[in-house]
Amino acid sequence: MTAVYSEHALVLSVVLFALGLFGVLIRRNIIFILLSIEIMLNAAGLAFVAAGAKWAAADGQVMFIFILAMAAAEVSVGLALALQMHHKLKTLDADSADRMKG
Amino acid sequence: MIIVWLILVPLAGGLIAWYSGKRSASLARYISVLTLALMFGLVMKILLQDSAAIGMNIYGPWILEIKQEWIPQIGAGFHLAVDGLNLLLLLLTVFLGFAAVASSWTEIKERVGLFYLMLLWVLAGIIGVFLSMDLFLFYVFWELMLVPMYFLIVLWGHENRRYAAFKFFLFTQAGGLIMLVGVLGLYFIHGRQTGQYTFEYMSLVGTSMGRLTELLLMSCFFIAFAVKLPAVPLHTWLADAHTEAPTAGSVVLAGLLLKTGAYGLIRFALPLFPNASAEVAPGCMVIAVIGVIYGSIMAFAQTDIKRLIAYSSISHMGFVLLGIYAWSEVALQGAIMQIVCHGIATGALFIIAGTIQERTGTRDMGRMGGLWETAPRMGAAALFFALASLGLPGLGNFIGEFMVLLGSYRVNIVITAIGAAGVVSATVYSLWLIQRVFHGRDVNILKGGDLAAREMALMAVMMAALIWLGLFPQQIFNISQPALKNLRVADASSGAEILARKGEGDSRGGNIREGFRQ
Amino acid sequence: MPEFLWIIPALPFGGFLLLAIAGRRVSKTWVALIGAGSVGLAFAAALSVGISFIGAAPGVNSYVLDLGTWISVNGFTSSFSLYLDALSLVMVLVITFVGFLIHIYSAGFMAGEEDYARFFAYMNLFIGSMLILVLADDLLFLYLGWEGVGLCSYLLIGFWYKDPLNGLAARKAFVVTRIGDTSLSLGLFLLATNLGTLRIQEVMYLAAGRWPVGSGMALAASALLLGGAIGKSAQLPLQTWLPDAMAGPTPVSALIHAATMVTAGVYLIARTHLLFTLAPQVQTAVAVIGALTLVVAGLSAVTQRDIKRVLAYSTISQIGYMFVALGVGAWSAAIFHFMTHAFFKALLFLGAGMVIISVDHEHDMFKMGGLRSQLPAVFWTFLIGACSLSALPFVTAGFYSKELIIYYSLASPLGNRWLWVAGVLGAFITSLYAFRMVFITFFGESRFRVRERPGMIMTVPAAVLAVLSLVAGFIELPASAGKTRIFSTFLSSSLPAITIREAAPGAETALSAFAAIVSLLGIFLAYILFFHRRRYADRLTASRAGRLGHRFLFGGWGFDWLYNAFIVRPFVWIARINKDDFIDLVYLGMLWSGSRLSNILSISQNGKVRTYALGIAFGAVIALAIMVFK
Repeated sequence: MTAVYSEHALVLSVVLFALGLFGVLIRRNIIFILLSIEIMLNAAGLAFVAAGAKWAAADGQVMFIFILAMAAAEVSVGLALALQMHHKLKTLDADSADRMKG
Repeated sequence: MIIVWLILVPLAGGLIAWYSGKRSASLARYISVLTLALMFGLVMKILLQDSAAIGMNIYGPWILEIKQEWIPQIGAGFHLAVDGLNLLLLLLTVFLGFAAVASSWTEIKERVGLFYLMLLWVLAGIIGVFLSMDLFLFYVFWELMLVPMYFLIVLWGHENRRYAAFKFFLFTQAGGLIMLVGVLGLYFIHGRQTGQYTFEYMSLVGTSMGRLTELLLMSCFFIAFAVKLPAVPLHTWLADAHTEAPTAGSVVLAGLLLKTGAYGLIRFALPLFPNASAEVAPGCMVIAVIGVIYGSIMAFAQTDIKRLIAYSSISHMGFVLLGIYAWSEVALQGAIMQIVCHGIATGALFIIAGTIQERTGTRDMGRMGGLWETAPRMGAAALFFALASLGLPGLGNFIGEFMVLLGSYRVNIVITAIGAAGVVSATVYSLWLIQRVFHGRDVNILKGGDLAAREMALMAVMMAALIWLGLFPQQIFNISQPALKNLRVADASSGAEILARKGEGDSRGGNIREGFRQ
Repeated sequence: MPEFLWIIPALPFGGFLLLAIAGRRVSKTWVALIGAGSVGLAFAAALSVGISFIGAAPGVNSYVLDLGTWISVNGFTSSFSLYLDALSLVMVLVITFVGFLIHIYSAGFMAGEEDYARFFAYMNLFIGSMLILVLADDLLFLYLGWEGVGLCSYLLIGFWYKDPLNGLAARKAFVVTRIGDTSLSLGLFLLATNLGTLRIQEVMYLAAGRWPVGSGMALAASALLLGGAIGKSAQLPLQTWLPDAMAGPTPVSALIHAATMVTAGVYLIARTHLLFTLAPQVQTAVAVIGALTLVVAGLSAVTQRDIKRVLAYSTISQIGYMFVALGVGAWSAAIFHFMTHAFFKALLFLGAGMVIISVDHEHDMFKMGGLRSQLPAVFWTFLIGACSLSALPFVTAGFYSKELIIYYSLASPLGNRWLWVAGVLGAFITSLYAFRMVFITFFGESRFRVRERPGMIMTVPAAVLAVLSLVAGFIELPASAGKTRIFSTFLSSSLPAITIREAAPGAETALSAFAAIVSLLGIFLAYILFFHRRRYADRLTASRAGRLGHRFLFGGWGFDWLYNAFIVRPFVWIARINKDDFIDLVYLGMLWSGSRLSNILSISQNGKVRTYALGIAFGAVIALAIMVFK
């Protein structure tokens, strides 16, 4: 079994982050945007864990717990907003919610 | 304590007027009159009782003062003080306050209580500006007086009031912020030098600084005051604001708010930055005469009667600026005289313009004519104040203009000659105003007849004031003279030189007079 | 009694106040009584003050009455002080006396007027200001009177305010004289700054001590004062306002624009004569301006149709004579001519006024004609005035005063033959236009039926002035006619006597005789052209050159055109074109560019979440790049 180097984990987190970002930018459905944000958050969490393993410190895992908690909160608020949006606009297309344009 | 009351009384009176205005409009009016009467009593008490100290300097430079800690962390104090200079302006404030209340008696019909609240609060702010001897406090009052004025214009103004109110607010606000930069700059320079961080006027006077720094800080103050004054080319807010404001607003604007600019120059810009001021004085005098001429040409071109009067204010305030930067006692006394008389004369003209608008429904002079026939009393009053504003000897404005020009003659003859030519152009627009409104064939536009007894009484009081100022100006000079001495403005080197020369001339003159009497 | 000097100006001011406050509530009779009465009382007061002044101990030549300080700041003082000497006494007596007569006359002339009280109030205010002008000891106080009479002139020219043309004439008079006043006020600044006082006597004393003859200061000071005098006295080049000022009621023209106010410039120069002797160049300029004016205005007078405009140009011309006298140092001759001119010119105006109201306010002489038989009293008084104006030898006052000036313009060391030629030419023109007026108005065929003759209230003042126009000259007679020097001796305490160049004996008589003959020739020519052979005059004006010349002279030598084209119109044009204040464009530009910028930036706020996310991502990338590659 080959050792898992922290570099590998970091590369994975970068790939995941990029996938999430592209998801946010490309998808129009608000549910998918929320999913992509979730992926980005987890990518960041993976980077923390990998870095914590590399320096043999617990801080990385602590941060991951924080991120988990924050993600949970974000999802609940985000889904509530999505429901409201569906309720008000009858659609989940993020681009159609542009009433605040300058 | 009496000084604090000067500010508290209008603040409280305004609130009471507002509250009672919800029940009865006329109650609000009477409460405002009562408030002003109280203020008048306070000012008269200072003038008659405490001003025994004017000539003696027993309390230092001030007749009265109150000085307390306010925000000690930053060195801002609550310092109000009265000397001869601002005592005169207080008197003018109360006088024009009466005029403003009387002129809005029938004009304002909506939200009367709120109107008097705003009016009295503007007066409170103005009084605060005149009394503050702490730069931080001064700045607070400076900003404070804008807000009610803004509402006076925007709520009770004429057709184009929103534009005018915004313009007024933006100009003065921008000027105020620039002044704040100057205040803070001075504060830090003084603090770094002495280790004592304070906004106290008396400590800041005499702060030494490099030439460039002084010039920059001076121009910060100058711009703020020049906007208010107003000096060309910072004047364009004035015509709109004066034209669109209700009559009382125009009276307060022209009679008092502009004067805060002149007062600021005399009290702060010159004593705080004497060297820089001396350096820019010729330039400022040029700006002043440009204002005199430009204002009068603009006034001549107008067809809106209030706009004409507004531009004439620019011309007259040019004389004030000229007097201030001519830098001698004669010129400064002239400038103060001009401040007082312009306040009364222009205030009265605005009141007349207001009554004309009330009775004809227009401000367009092209549609007027021949009003003398149906309203001879109004015509006579307008003629009187037009004559005052064109500088007829025997009325106060002449004394102001003459002294200003006499003072500036010592400094620069060419500028004085141009300024004197401004008197001719003042004749042109003043008589043009009378011609178009009161002379010519009657066009039957006037509804509501001649001035009523209340209005005529107000006019008579203002006329009497101008005649009194024109024939006995010495009483004004005596009040402001010690204050000017304390400002250290008058004993600039050139002034002292003139003093010496004059003294010599006078003693010789005395001997000759003896010779002639024989 | 000189301590009651202040009463003299106070009386008319009191009359003004009374009329201004209560004038609308009392009857016309009371208004006239107050108006004329206050001036009459002022004359009585002046007379008694004058008698006691003359009767005072010998050697007392002047009296100063200090009424209090006006301004006293940092060494500059000015006070309300009155100064009585021979010069101011003569002025006060003439002003109050002629003023009184004209007030009485006005009571009749203005009888049909609604605004009776306003008229008398203004008139009283005028007399009061004029008295301040001549009595003031302090130049600033004098300036108060100076502007005060200018104001009254404005108010009275525009008295009939319903006609905009009257308003225009009034404003023109005020503005043009104010141009001169500005020069005077600059002179005041100069004197106050350099001498430290504005008291006239001290000013002259100090100036004489400090400024050598011909020094720059003396030149500047006297030139600036001269500027004021030119404006007020309607001399070249500021004379254009006076002919238009005839728009006012005729008593106003008589009082203000003939007898008193317009001669204020003469008084000012006489009063400050020492300054002018310190500046010989300026004094020469006074004489030259006077000589030019008297010829220029006289020629214009010959062509006018409006009877009052003839008199107006004549006034300008006669004041030109006074300026010539001042310019050659004949101070008392100038004042002498002022006095006789006040009598005969006021008389002529009163006569013209009576003619005008008798012919339904027609001003055009050519529409009158043949009024001699219909208005005999007016004719005889007017004729006496015209004779005095044209200096009919021996019997008229105008002869003695004008001959004196013409003689001095040659005999004085400051005089020269050009001034004399101008004076003699002027005398010729004067009698030409004076009798042209008489012949056209009173002779020839009658074109008008007079319904009502002017009453006693108007004819009596005219008759009194007619007598004075004849006899007032006998107090100053030339060597050839008895050599009386009462007037100049009396004035010698305030105005130095003239020194005359050595001349051959009999030269004065010969010169006087020549000038007298010339003025008789003028009358003769007027007789030929405007009575005996009217067609000569018609043929002259019908020719091409004659028409052009007539138009040029009729229009007052094109001065009005010049000022309109080069001053008035450009001023109005600039004002009109800049009505909306080009400086405001700068701020409007700032406003515009601000809102433009806001529009551009608001494009980025499209409201789409994904675009914002892209922005955040780019921002993060750039921030990271900066951190990594720094």
